[in-house]
Amino acid sequence: MALSILHRVTGVGLGLGLVLLAWWLAAAAYGPEAYDLVRGFTGSIPGRFVLLGFTFAMLYHLCNGLRHLAWDLGLGFGLRTAHASGWLALMAAIALTIVAWLAGYWARGL
Amino acid sequence: MVAFTLPKNSRVGTGKTYRAPAGAKRVRRFRVYRWNPDDGANPVMDTFELDLDQCGPMVLDALIKIKDEVDASLTFRRSCREGVCGSCAMNVDGTNTLACVKHIDEIQGDVMVYPLPHLKVVKDLVGDMTAFFAQYASVQPWLQAESAAPQARERLQSPEDRAKLDGLWECILCACCSTSCPSYWWNGEKFLGPATLLQSYRWIVDSRDENTGERLDYLEDPHRLYRCHTIMNCTATCPKGLNPAKAISEIKKLIVERRS
Repeated sequence: MALSILHRVTGVGLGLGLVLLAWWLAAAAYGPEAYDLVRGFTGSIPGRFVLLGFTFAMLYHLCNGLRHLAWDLGLGFGLRTAHASGWLALMAAIALTIVAWLAGYWARGL
Repeated sequence: MVAFTLPKNSRVGTGKTYRAPAGAKRVRRFRVYRWNPDDGANPVMDTFELDLDQCGPMVLDALIKIKDEVDASLTFRRSCREGVCGSCAMNVDGTNTLACVKHIDEIQGDVMVYPLPHLKVVKDLVGDMTAFFAQYASVQPWLQAESAAPQARERLQSPEDRAKLDGLWECILCACCSTSCPSYWWNGEKFLGPATLLQSYRWIVDSRDENTGERLDYLEDPHRLYRCHTIMNCTATCPKGLNPAKAISEIKKLIVERRS
């Protein structure tokens, strides 16, 4: 049940995160000053935490979404299978979040 | 609708404590939800200390002992005491189950006993099952066939077709699954819930039933069927080890397949 709630919470988070994405794209179109404002936020410590949350939300929603696709095909309904796939989705999302951020910092050269 | 706190007149207080008899060696505390519609008071948790050396092994044995020897006003449903009637479904140790097949030894610490979640309480551990059974009736849970029955014998079924009913016919309608489902808690008046959907699927896959299309028509609805979001509480809690989530998924698949 906890993972099902987390799926919905991350879904809502992704919806709200789209506002952030729209802000970023609109700022890029608007000009350098607006764009610097966005970069100022996303580069700040609270901004990075928001992005970290957004990354995890997207990756968890993706991984757990794959579980839902399997269920829609009628697969993976055994209690032990469902339990295992739940842990797998959660761990994969955490691991992919770490990988994505390490890759990001590495590309940035920090 | 979603409610995160109990209404004022439903908040649970502390009730009476009944001590174990002197000399009892294996004492367990049973904390039991009590509510009486006649006294106007809030529900309370009564504490009963029992000597397990003088009590049967199941939670239902303890409840019957309490009713016989400690407090005769304790109210609960029970009948078969062996997991086939579904009467003694309640929330024990945080999980919906049948009190008659739940071993006291499996539980750590105090044994917490509540009625099934999100049902209106009639008294103590007795929940109001009226809506639940009305929903069950709405799926017309009986064999429907236009073709004439064979003379002087049953409608036959191959062993393979009969095997499709395994994991479905065993459902005893105890309502453990439906009352463990968050979708059913919040949309119980429109969503049919796992038990009723599993029962409906039992007739949908029955090779002798000829009303499959109408049955699927009735279920193809945003609320009756599609409030199921594969939360899987139903399968996790079923005291008979059945898989309502899988049955619901099979219904969804059949509805998609008949479109193509």
